Amino acid sequence: MRFGVLQFPGSCDEVDALQAARRVGDAELIWHADRDLKGADAIVVPGGFSYGDYLRAGAIARFSPAMESVIAFARDGGLVLGICNGFQVLCEAQLLPGALLVNSNLRFTFRQVELEVLNSGGAFTRACVLDQRLSIPAKHAWGRYHADPDTLVAMDRRGQLVLRYAPGENFNGSLHDIAGVCNEAGNVFGMMPHPEHAVDELMGGSADGLKIFESMRLTVEGVHSR
Amino acid sequence: MRARVLIRPKAGILDPQGVAVERALPALGFAGVGNVHIGRLVELDVEDAAQLEPMCRKLLANPLVEDYEVELLDGSA
Repeated sequence: MRFGVLQFPGSCDEVDALQAARRVGDAELIWHADRDLKGADAIVVPGGFSYGDYLRAGAIARFSPAMESVIAFARDGGLVLGICNGFQVLCEAQLLPGALLVNSNLRFTFRQVELEVLNSGGAFTRACVLDQRLSIPAKHAWGRYHADPDTLVAMDRRGQLVLRYAPGENFNGSLHDIAGVCNEAGNVFGMMPHPEHAVDELMGGSADGLKIFESMRLTVEGVHSR
Repeated sequence: MRARVLIRPKAGILDPQGVAVERALPALGFAGVGNVHIGRLVELDVEDAAQLEPMCRKLLANPLVEDYEVELLDGSA
């Protein structure tokens, strides 16, 4: 199983994403100007401040050559994980519904958050159990998930609300405490907290983030063995 | 042709920057302030004004959460 991790000017979590992915498979960086996804089975769009977050977070990165390939890859059913800025990029690319707005407290906030798994049947959470709690760090200023009410009802019905902040943990004001969502087909997933920063108990006391990468590996290998 | 694009948060979406300024003004002695909203201003020269609308939809604004208004400026260089 091979992960491709995108790298934009201004990315800052691509190396942690690479290291996390290497705990469950092979992984390689893909530069933003490169259209070649190097045969990756799954793509990670990492955190950071792609293109300086100019205009809106993710607005410029969404038009990069590598993202054009990722959009085609996703439309063909390929697995795409967006973390933090990567989540913002996937929303701007309209691979995921909704948008990320400035935190309701107007602050860049860095803290460990408790998440709850609302859907453990999907491609990115199948190594989890329903209602399982994951302890994962979050660090962002623009993480308030927003979608219009009708979209949220439809997403809820289809199981697209995958992760939510546990009670009392929603520091950014996201609607319905949403921390991570997938697209209708279930092959594109975005989350604001950083699973790649929680892959070893020596770092922050939690390796819960590995569950996301492990789930992706299970999904890819399941597809391959059929 | 010189154009100006005003981008603002859609009505009904929490605008915490607007709220923060709305609270700060009375603290400085400015009474009777309400409904503060903060957006972005983009000014640009364009050869073809018909491109402004698609530019807004595709890049300058996020129509899911923002409204935009295009204004053509007279006397442009």
